[in-house]
Amino acid sequence: MNFNFILKEMKNQQLYNYILTIADNSLILAQRLGELCGHGPNLETDIALTNISLDLLGQTRSYYQYAAKISGENKTEDDIAFLRIEREYKNCLLVEQPNTHFGYTIARQFLFDVYHLMLMEKLQNSPDETLAAIAKKGIKEVSYHKRFSSDWVKRLGDGTEESKAKMQEAIDDLWRYTDELFFMTEAEKEMTKEGIGINISAFKEKYYEEVSEILKEATLTIPENKYFTKGGKEGVHSEHMGYLLADLQYMQRTYPNMTW
Amino acid sequence: MLVENLNIETHLIPVLKTVSDPEIPVLSVLDLGVIREAVEENGIVHIKLTPTYSGCPAMDVIGDDLKKAFSEIGKKAEVELILSPAWSTDWISEEGLQKMEKYGIARPLSESNDKDVLLGDKKLVKCPQCGSTNTHLVSQFGSTACKAIFKCDDCQEPFDYFKCLK
Ligand SMILES: [Zn+2]
Repeated sequence: MNFNFILKEMKNQQLYNYILTIADNSLILAQRLGELCGHGPNLETDIALTNISLDLLGQTRSYYQYAAKISGENKTEDDIAFLRIEREYKNCLLVEQPNTHFGYTIARQFLFDVYHLMLMEKLQNSPDETLAAIAKKGIKEVSYHKRFSSDWVKRLGDGTEESKAKMQEAIDDLWRYTDELFFMTEAEKEMTKEGIGINISAFKEKYYEEVSEILKEATLTIPENKYFTKGGKEGVHSEHMGYLLADLQYMQRTYPNMTW
Repeated sequence: MLVENLNIETHLIPVLKTVSDPEIPVLSVLDLGVIREAVEENGIVHIKLTPTYSGCPAMDVIGDDLKKAFSEIGKKAEVELILSPAWSTDWISEEGLQKMEKYGIARPLSESNDKDVLLGDKKLVKCPQCGSTNTHLVSQFGSTACKAIFKCDDCQEPFDYFKCLK
C-alpha cells in the first residue's frame, strides 16, 4: 500500500461518513413520520406526513446507494439502513424525538425543514456530482415540506388557546436540539475543507432569523433558552433512539438477509 | 412536450408506449417524460429513467415493467436510474396532459399560478369533471407525492390536481 492509496482511502472514509451525516437525518425522520401512517389526526394530514416520509426515504436511498458504492466493501443500501448499531447512526437528536402530539410532530418538522432547505440549496452546487444531483432533486420536495410545516405552525400557533399552548410547548421543548444542526463533525469539517461539503455553521444566523420570523407570524414566543444539547451527530443518541431502531431493524434482525 | 433532443431510438418507441405509470395507468412512460434515453447496442436496450419524486415507489415497478416489455419481444433491457437533470412537469407531453385530464386529474398550472392556488386561495384549478374553476384546495398532499387534493364548489366532486414541479 502506498501513501497515495492510503490517503485516497481516508478521503473516501470521510466522504462516506459525510454522506451518512446528511442521509441519516432523512432516514430517521422518515421513520418517525412513517409511524404515523394510519394514525394521523385526520386523513389529509396523515397522507401529508407519510408523503413527506416517502420523499425523505427516497432521498435517503439515493444517498445510501452512493455511500454503498464508495464504501469499497460489498455493502448495499439496505445494509447501511438496517444493520448498523445505534452508535453508528449520525442523525441529529432533533429528528429522533418522538411524535408526542401533532403540534410536536409539526414543530420538529418545521425546525428541521428550515435547516434542510438551506442545506440543500448549498449542496446542489457541490462539485460532487452525485450529492449535487440528489440535492437538486430534493430541493423541490423539501421546499414543499417547509411550506406545509410552517403553514401548520402558523395555524396552530395563531389558532385556539389550546393549540397555541401546545405549539408553544413543543417549540420550547425542541428548541434545545436546534443548535446541534450547526455542529460540524470531523467528516463535515474535512469535506468542507475539500470543497465538497457545506459549511453549515455559516448559515446558523440566517436559520434563527427565518425561524423567528415564522414564529412571530404564528404569534408564538421565540424561546430564550440558551441551554442546548447535542450528541446525535457523533452517535450519542437520546433514549428514544433505541426504540426507534428496534422498530426500524426488526425485520432484518429477525429474518437476516430477507428481501422483498 | 416530448423534448426533441432526447436520444430515444424510434424503433424502441412502440414498446416504450406500452409501459405505463402504475399509478396513472393512462400515461405511458413517454407521456410522463421519465425516459431520458433509450438506445439499442449489441442487442441490449439501454434505458435511462428518471424519477418524478425521489421516493416515488412507481419507479421500481416501471423499471421491472420496461425489462418485461422488452423481454416479450426477445430483447434484454438494462435500466439505469438517473437523478440529474431533475424531472419537471414540463416534460409531460401535451397528449399526456389531455389523457390525464380525461382520467380525472387536473393538469399542472404554471409555476406562479401553482403557488397561488397551493399557498393562497386563488381559484385557478379547473375541475376535470365539469370544467369549472370554482374549486378549492383540500390538502397539499394527495394520494401520491405528485398530487394535491381539490374540491369543486360547483359540481361538488373532489379530485386530484397534479402539482407543478420545476
Ligand atoms: Zn366540477
